[in-house]
Amino acid sequence: MQTRKKYIFLTFLASWLLLFFFGGDQLRRFAFFSRRKVEARRNWPHWTDRSLLKSFADPEELLSDGDPSLPSPRERQAARLSVYKNSRCRMETCFDFSRCEKHGFKVFTYPRERDQPLSESYSKILTSIERSRYYTPNPEEACLFILSIDTLDRDHLSGQYVRNVDEKIRSFPLWNGGRNHLIFNLYSGTWPNYTEDLGFDIGQAILAKASFYTESFRPGFDISIPLFSKDHPQRGGEKGWLYQDSIPPKKKYLLVFKGKRYLTGIGSGTRNALHHIHNGKDIISLTTCKHGKDWEKHKDTRCDKDNVDYEKFDYQELLHNSTFCIVPRGRRLGSFRFLEALQAACIPVLLSNGWELPFAEAIDWGKAAVVGNERLLLQIPSAVRCIHPERVLAFQQQTQFLWDAYFSSVDKIVHTTLEIIKDRLLPHRSRSRFLWNTLPGGLLALPDFSTHPGDFPFYYLQHGSSPSEKFTAFIRAVSPGGAPSQPLLRLIQAVSRSQYCAQIVVLWSCEKPPPPSEKWPQSTVPVTIIQGREKLSDRFFPYAAIQTDAVLSLDEHTSLSTSEVDFAFVVWRSFPERIVGFPTRSHFWDPEQRRWGYTSKWTNELSIVLTAAAFYHRYYHNLFTEYLPAGLRELVDGLAACEDILMNVLVAAVTKLPPIKVTQRKQHKETVSQQ
Amino acid sequence: MCASAKYNTRGPALIPRMKTKHRIYYITLFSIVLLGLIATGMFQFWPHSIESSSDWTVEKRSVHDVPVVKLPADSPIPERGDLSCRMHTCFDVYRCGFNPKNKIKVYIYSLKKYVDEYGTSVSNTISREYNELLTAISDSEFYTDDVNRACLFVPSVDVLNQNALRIKETAQALAQLSRWDRGTNHLLFNMLPGGPPDYNTALDVPRDRALLAGGGFSTWTYRQGYDVSIPVYSPLSGEVDLPERGPGPRRYFILSSQMALHPEYRSELEALQAENGESVLILDKCTNLSDGVPAVRKRCHKNQVFDYPQVLQESTFCVVLRGARLGQAVLSDVLQAGCVPVIIADSYILPFSEVLDWKRASVVIPEEKMPEMYSILQSVPQRQIEEMQRQARWFWEAYFRSMKAIALATLQIINDRIYPYAAISYEEWNDPPAVKWSSVSNPLFLPLIPPQSQGFTAIVLTYDRVESLFRVITEVSKVPSLSKLLVVWNNQNKNPPEDSLWPKIRVPLKVVRTAENKLSNRFFPYDEIETEAVLAIDDDIIMLTSDELQFGYEVWREFPDRLVGYPGRLHLWDHEMNKWKYESEWTNEVSMVLTGAAFYHKYFNYLYTYKMPGDIKNWVDAHMNCEDIAMNFLVANVTGKSVIKVTPRKKFKCPECTAIDGLSLDQTHMVERSECINKFASVFGTMPLKVVEHRADPVLYKDDFPEKLKSFPNIGSL
Repeated sequence: MQTRKKYIFLTFLASWLLLFFFGGDQLRRFAFFSRRKVEARRNWPHWTDRSLLKSFADPEELLSDGDPSLPSPRERQAARLSVYKNSRCRMETCFDFSRCEKHGFKVFTYPRERDQPLSESYSKILTSIERSRYYTPNPEEACLFILSIDTLDRDHLSGQYVRNVDEKIRSFPLWNGGRNHLIFNLYSGTWPNYTEDLGFDIGQAILAKASFYTESFRPGFDISIPLFSKDHPQRGGEKGWLYQDSIPPKKKYLLVFKGKRYLTGIGSGTRNALHHIHNGKDIISLTTCKHGKDWEKHKDTRCDKDNVDYEKFDYQELLHNSTFCIVPRGRRLGSFRFLEALQAACIPVLLSNGWELPFAEAIDWGKAAVVGNERLLLQIPSAVRCIHPERVLAFQQQTQFLWDAYFSSVDKIVHTTLEIIKDRLLPHRSRSRFLWNTLPGGLLALPDFSTHPGDFPFYYLQHGSSPSEKFTAFIRAVSPGGAPSQPLLRLIQAVSRSQYCAQIVVLWSCEKPPPPSEKWPQSTVPVTIIQGREKLSDRFFPYAAIQTDAVLSLDEHTSLSTSEVDFAFVVWRSFPERIVGFPTRSHFWDPEQRRWGYTSKWTNELSIVLTAAAFYHRYYHNLFTEYLPAGLRELVDGLAACEDILMNVLVAAVTKLPPIKVTQRKQHKETVSQQ
Repeated sequence: MCASAKYNTRGPALIPRMKTKHRIYYITLFSIVLLGLIATGMFQFWPHSIESSSDWTVEKRSVHDVPVVKLPADSPIPERGDLSCRMHTCFDVYRCGFNPKNKIKVYIYSLKKYVDEYGTSVSNTISREYNELLTAISDSEFYTDDVNRACLFVPSVDVLNQNALRIKETAQALAQLSRWDRGTNHLLFNMLPGGPPDYNTALDVPRDRALLAGGGFSTWTYRQGYDVSIPVYSPLSGEVDLPERGPGPRRYFILSSQMALHPEYRSELEALQAENGESVLILDKCTNLSDGVPAVRKRCHKNQVFDYPQVLQESTFCVVLRGARLGQAVLSDVLQAGCVPVIIADSYILPFSEVLDWKRASVVIPEEKMPEMYSILQSVPQRQIEEMQRQARWFWEAYFRSMKAIALATLQIINDRIYPYAAISYEEWNDPPAVKWSSVSNPLFLPLIPPQSQGFTAIVLTYDRVESLFRVITEVSKVPSLSKLLVVWNNQNKNPPEDSLWPKIRVPLKVVRTAENKLSNRFFPYDEIETEAVLAIDDDIIMLTSDELQFGYEVWREFPDRLVGYPGRLHLWDHEMNKWKYESEWTNEVSMVLTGAAFYHKYFNYLYTYKMPGDIKNWVDAHMNCEDIAMNFLVANVTGKSVIKVTPRKKFKCPECTAIDGLSLDQTHMVERSECINKFASVFGTMPLKVVEHRADPVLYKDDFPEKLKSFPNIGSL
């Protein structure tokens, strides 16, 4: 009995153990742990001999790639030039860089012909170019050429379609196969296919076109521009509609669309589906069938109900009160809606597959728009709902920045186009994507000044740097005496005692030559004399002598104490993008005369800080001299006044911020009676 | 069965009665059983590492044991690559679906060995690098082993080097993959495309619609937004450890280290050297090396021998010229050395150019401009060179250093295209960790001056000081721009006074009762706050005048992203104790304003409640102190900007007191507040507070001017 028991017991134990040690794996997989089995991923195997595997290329092969017997670089380049033409154009094959070397980036517009009617939009484009700082009337100097033939509307059913363009351009002696030409276009192709065809051979010309299709877009060569209406302002431009940052977004609707529904033809697929996401609550997606003359022929069962719903909502109201706006393709890929939504701070949700987004070479659209997919329309509501409120807020602000920096006027659209081309000419002197996509934007960050963000007044915080700890005092002297005047000497003394003063630069703006160095006071900081002309705008010229970020601009008669200077500089370091100074003025709207007025009276408000005693960043000298239209500088020189107001206007336009006044004192001029 | 049951239940009782011999026997048996149980149990419930789970599913194998697939000569060949392919035309997005994680699923085909009809192999089964790449994908979050759920398919056919494979047969191997379907959603990795004599810039293997992650694309073969440009991996990266070298000037200005340059290029470089002397170093292959020295690790100039890649660290700029191919492995070495690459390869699509901003890390010079290289590089400002050096090294560390880095960056780029609303931002791709750390991105970056008409919401946190509370309410209600008053009743034991007892004011007054007496209740983003501007005010701040408050609101409108307030405080570094100290004495400087009376944007309530770093929020609630300091830290950290103190006033609570408010002078209070600063600085990992020496006063403050013409005549002096 005992033995049997023992035997049974032993057998049992042995089998039990065996089961666990050898069959445990199977048990785990099939019996009790089936859930775990699903989770155990079949990963890529860890090969036993993985360390013995050969490299994909042996080092010799990698390092000695290139065969001396190959055609020489020059031959290869020549071969490329002949192969990559027309639809395969790139800057290096179709653009003659040598034209831009001698005179820089200059743009020539063909003279307008009288019998040649121009559309409103095209004449705005030409005006923008002719007023830009790159314009040249001399084709010999030009790097880029713009036709005077209106090529904006190439829909041959349109009234503005210009015929026989091919013949005309072939007769232009400067045409040269389109080399170094820039052609603007808003509409191409026509019903039913709306192809990209312009109806003439653009040859090697750069195409700046709205609704660009990625497939026909020549990357790094063509430029996609936004579709804008003929009422788009020439310059200035309306402001964006965002006036407050709310979180969570305080809008009535989440996502809206109101527009036509094409019953047939190209683009109808997307537009016909839009009604599916309408929920009548926070998602409003309305379409009307009323489109074209014969819409009733194609009308379907939804049409009548849709048309009724459509009238219940106002487009402007929706635009104002929604967080996201659907921007679907129309017949063409781009639509007016895109700019409308951008201005309205209604985050565009793009449903336009294959659309090369406007200025995508420069602009990072991922920060301002949701690039949806037409094929995934039904996912859009859940996708936008998942976007965090902070991200929504960032999107909204970015739409406003982009709208204001690149789109709000024809001038801005045209200048952005030109700057993108200019950046290609000297890649090492071009704007990084950071400069394009950060306030105040690429048009205001001149790469000729610097390509380093730390050199500009705008990026200290994002860049993690801070403005220089010293300043340059820049004094404009007009002493008629031929020797430095007493107030000037006192000013130099006071300023040079500031612990933050690095150097003093005197701009000697008199006819007489500056006094010799022994006439100048001994000071602890170097004093540099620059012989200037009598032009007032010279005081904001970017002199190489100015080495520090901060400039303390002074008039000869300014009186300041050292501690006033020190204090103002410390304040400026907190607001390096603004003008920080002492004497102030203000502007106001005069309702009777219906114009702006200027006052130096004591008021409760101020909008101008005079540059007779003010700190600002030296970059504003560059903007003043290079960015401002020449006409404004000429006006200042002609009036021999107002250069300080112009500077204030410039800085305010760039930063959208008011200046800062320091200390209570109102009078900063040494008057004769004080002496 | 029964036996076991019997012994089990009665086991311990039986043992003493048994013979010693048997007892030992049974004990041994039992311990074996027990051990067995424990061992199996451990295996079952121990957290599995990835390795052990794969050990179960895949037995240890060698790559030579993989199944062999014979390709008939007439098996189908895919079409050549379609140059017009884009994500919206050739990619099947429906396979990817919508998922809350916004991650694509990637499937890897199992490894096969392909042979042609005669049994000759088509290519090396797999290279070391491709195996590393597939391992990285398999270990990543993107991986799935379920072919039906996959959005992207990665063939295990190794096409990294076109010269190591037979084109037609490789194409046939691709075409017979189970889900090939004209290559839709298939991703091929290739680093060395083309072969003599033409050296095409994209893989010559016909691949139909498959996406190509290629090294060495030219602008003509790269399908923008579809293909991914990847680096040519340099195996030296794994072998040589080059420690990061601080930015700054280096011995050579320009260095060229490539060995097989076209003679024409070499003569141009030598001309450059002749012109500029010692600052330019042109290296070449060593001709007279003794045997045994690996030629790839040495470079020579005349008779001088240099170690490669170490020599790259001696130069500021390193030339990366095109060879037969556009993509060069030397680019990776150059970046690793923190040398700024000078890229001379017309029409080359730089690696990951879809997301990386190469202007920050390299200088691109057209081939034509090669003779001007020296002057072009001279024009780059020194500060920028230093940043480029750092940036170059960062690109290498993040995206070049291993096959894993290359694989994951490629998948992330494709992922971002499919889920663009969850895409990684420019900053995340491009900013090196040091920049990410030191820079701030202000969430309220757009310069907006909110309309005055909107007004502000005053929030009074109160416990039981009803009398003083009513005084504050009455005072605050006189401020013209007040649009709503919110009383946060933080006392759960006592009900707020009846409606009739509250002061009658012209704006809506709401009382919010809280569930717990917590200080963070004052910073909760209540739905009742409908304005952007919030005035936080204590229930004992009775001295602020209506003019002062209105002026404070006007100042806030100009600086909506800052804390704008009245009682200013300072933090100081205590050199003796080696820690931060809180200061409430009169000083020349301010770094905080107390939220006992301060304006700020409602957004910061949201941040305080939901995004406060670490345990600060709970810590403050537990200590019932320092919520105001925490708010100052939070705002300064996220905006990088200082506070603004408004008006000279120093006294806020009792008009009779001579010094600053009594409470703040309490010694223990000061110690506690100092502790808070130290605690917060350690949680934030930095001291975000900014010290300033200015404050805001009305334009005509103190001017000799008729009071009635001043907008804010009643500004207290102390």
